[in-house]
Amino acid sequence: MIFQLFKVFAKIGAFTLGGGYAMVPLIQSEVVDKKQWIEKDEFVDILAVAQSTPGALAINMASFIGYRKKGILGAVSATLGCILPSFLSILFIAMFFVRFMDREIVKKAFMGIRPAVAALIAFSVFKIAKTSRIKSVWYLVSVGAFAAVGFLKLDPIFVILISAFTGIIFAKRGE
Amino acid sequence: MVFKLFILFAKIGAFSIGGGYAMLPFIQREVIEKNHWMTFQEFSDILAISQMTPGPIAVNSATFVGYKLAGIWGSIFATLGVVLPSFLMIILIASFFAKVYEKELVKKAFMGIRPAIVGLIAFSAYGITKTNVIDFKSSAIFILGFSSLFIKKMDPIYVIIISAIIGIIVY
Repeated sequence: MIFQLFKVFAKIGAFTLGGGYAMVPLIQSEVVDKKQWIEKDEFVDILAVAQSTPGALAINMASFIGYRKKGILGAVSATLGCILPSFLSILFIAMFFVRFMDREIVKKAFMGIRPAVAALIAFSVFKIAKTSRIKSVWYLVSVGAFAAVGFLKLDPIFVILISAFTGIIFAKRGE
Repeated sequence: MVFKLFILFAKIGAFSIGGGYAMLPFIQREVIEKNHWMTFQEFSDILAISQMTPGPIAVNSATFVGYKLAGIWGSIFATLGVVLPSFLMIILIASFFAKVYEKELVKKAFMGIRPAIVGLIAFSAYGITKTNVIDFKSSAIFILGFSSLFIKKMDPIYVIIISAIIGIIVY
């Protein structure tokens, strides 16, 4: 079982490009449909917890499902399985691919990629705003957070803590 | 250095709620602005590579940054660091307070945290756009990339590949 957990999550880690939400359908098909380790309702609950804990979504789910099935050892092996493929591929790229970064053609490709990455991140701001269903007044917190890191140069950790307190003080029950 | 990387990425792992790009503001402050370990441009290249390799972006960029700064051990400790806080938290939730997350207080805190994350990432988006979008060609690629994501709902990986090809042709 412990090895099974490692294997299934290594497969999930190896075949999902784009990270995060791209991995959810694959985890569901492996863990709920094929292996039947987890019931569908429970999967939804695990997803909700994984979304509201810090860190990468897929890894959080791996830890949770691993723990459910086989305790701490299960959690460790599922988590390591999930990380290993990307760890190895990044290591490979960092060790060998970086040598090609000086080639003219790679330089030119990255000249094109850089503004695209900026577009990706700019777009992710819209996407996150949409998926977290923020009510209009609460966008004041967004503006405040932007100003706090942008102009006051506050530590983002501090900004997160302040905004958590803001939520606790100003949010209404069941909002 | 290896220990410093571990602590730094554990901090990032503990506070980047919302996954992926939520770690940007922390990397920007600690790695780029405070310690000057790399430039914004270098980090944005790492992001592009992380987006195109399998696995979560946060973990991929931790591995890459770790390797760049302190070799194999750097990559191992940065990766473990970024994973550890959420791992511990998940274990705690799974074993003790499975229901804590339903509690009113936590829900209220997230009412504040979610919009703050949007603001934080918006600031990073602003910084990366300022470094990477510098002339007519890059502005055109930016607009093309943004609209294909926004209107066409194109997969980010294709956006990167197409922009790379455009880069090879126009530069």
